Amino acid sequence: MKDILYLAWRYLVFNRWKTGILIAALTVIIFLPLALELVLDRSSERLRARAADTPLLFGAPGSALELSLGALYFSGESPAPLEYAAVAELGDTGLATAIPLHLGYRVGLQPLVGTSPDYFRFRNLAVAAGRPLALSGETVLGAAAAQALDAAPGDGVVTAPESVFDVTGTYPVRLRVVGVLAPTGTPDDEAVFVDVRTAWIIGGIGHGHENLEDPTASGSVLKRDDSNIVANAALVQYREITPENLAEFHFHGAIDGFPLSAVIAVPADGKSGVLLEGRYQAPDSPVRVVRPAEVMEELLATVFTVRQYVLAAVALVGAATLATIALVFLLSIRLRRAEIRTMTRIGAAPGRVAAILGTEILLVLAASVLLAGLLTAAAATWGDEMFRWLLLSET
Amino acid sequence: MISVHNLVFRYPHGGFRLGVPALDVAAGERLAIVGASGSGKTTLLDLLAGIRVSGAGSVTVAGEELSRLTDAARRSFRLGRIGLVFQAFELLEYLTVRENLLLPFRISPALSQDAETDDRLIRLAEETGIAGRLHRYPDQLSQGERQRAAICRALIASPDLILADEPTGNLDPDNKRRVLELLLEQVENHGATLVMVTHDQDLLEPFDRVLEMRDLDGAKAA
Repeated sequence: MKDILYLAWRYLVFNRWKTGILIAALTVIIFLPLALELVLDRSSERLRARAADTPLLFGAPGSALELSLGALYFSGESPAPLEYAAVAELGDTGLATAIPLHLGYRVGLQPLVGTSPDYFRFRNLAVAAGRPLALSGETVLGAAAAQALDAAPGDGVVTAPESVFDVTGTYPVRLRVVGVLAPTGTPDDEAVFVDVRTAWIIGGIGHGHENLEDPTASGSVLKRDDSNIVANAALVQYREITPENLAEFHFHGAIDGFPLSAVIAVPADGKSGVLLEGRYQAPDSPVRVVRPAEVMEELLATVFTVRQYVLAAVALVGAATLATIALVFLLSIRLRRAEIRTMTRIGAAPGRVAAILGTEILLVLAASVLLAGLLTAAAATWGDEMFRWLLLSET
Repeated sequence: MISVHNLVFRYPHGGFRLGVPALDVAAGERLAIVGASGSGKTTLLDLLAGIRVSGAGSVTVAGEELSRLTDAARRSFRLGRIGLVFQAFELLEYLTVRENLLLPFRISPALSQDAETDDRLIRLAEETGIAGRLHRYPDQLSQGERQRAAICRALIASPDLILADEPTGNLDPDNKRRVLELLLEQVENHGATLVMVTHDQDLLEPFDRVLEMRDLDGAKAA
């Protein structure tokens, strides 16, 4: 057996390019369907779990899919805004806990999520280092976000400007990292969490500047009367919220009209959920209610239909590739007729020659299976991320 | 060493017929068989090597009547007792010269390689002038070197009989003479019997005996 293996191995090594191409072709036809199945199964399982954990979502009228993807996975375009009043209104019903979500900004490449402490309880997010959010201007990082931003409690991170060319757009705000969450294997790992007020300040709805009523700090005051103080552009705007300047931050206008991306509603029980849905079913309702589990099932049903077509295509390509490889082996045996004849003339049994040729095929198959296995393991590790990125960022 | 009696051979689907009423080759003898292309020289060598088996008559080599052996026994016998040299060298391109020389040990469990085999390989390679080429592939050798390697492979298992099928057929005149001298020298050094088929009349002088195929073949002689 050792000699058969040796001769087969020497042939394959000598013809390394041909062998490499055969292994690559076989690897692809083994790996593709395996990886597709594995990644889709695992990813859909995670998508479903996240959706199933989120009973009801409130958002502005529009795409239910966009709302679900944004609120659950912090992916895609930020959903159309709804007013903060929806949170108060929902709370007033007494049927559910309302958790606000403000999305759309980023720190580096990580999504910034403005929310309330209820979110952390709802998602069972535990602080692994530091402490939870307490004040505006503070941030708690998901485990992967902390790694990506190379930040730990005590560090600062800066929000990304919406556009460097838009002077009227949001300016970067420095946030103080006070905590890092334990990893959960969910999109929360990637997020940078702040309270909703901080998100509004980042969006320019609230702002902080030096106290103009303080005569010592009013070098930029142009006009002052009983009700108004007018300052020029030299007025110092704070780009970081600190405990010292926190009192100087304020909002103009009624908070009820401020924007949110979505509200997660956690009904007290099943009946409360049904009642809530019923209240917002009117076609002219300014708020839309969706059940994320149903939305994701619809999306996944489409994905699985596509998967069937892809698998059918892969099966066809695989069959064609296998036929070609079989042809290559047959032609190769024909080309090696002289070699086979030499071996049998010297004294090799026909069965031994067949065993050598068969071992060559087995070695190629084994290498392909091994390689496909390694690639599938890699796909199992990173495929979920890739799947989410492909599916969620493009929708 | 070889004794052939009333040998008759026909290819299953062809009209070719070979008949050898009698042929005896003594141990250590150097016999050349000459004849035109298609006269049955290679077929006769195949019959002497037990690669083919006659329909009638007997071929006895080193005391073994080949037709009475099973296929497996004939292969083992050939591996251990008969060395074959081919016209086209028949070295495996994907093996180094050293690996080609040891091929008989790799293709059958009937032979086992030991320290003596390695010593023999080195000695053969040195005697034939290819010691420096052992780790090269056949396509990195000259034609003459390839045939020398093929001769070494035929001798590696210390055979009693060497059957050479036009071993100089692919060589230029200079190499022809050199390879033949080398083959004869090695056969003598190892105390083997040589039966060589050729159609080259210029190479016959060093042989103990030369036979014409048409004299051998009873059917054609008649």
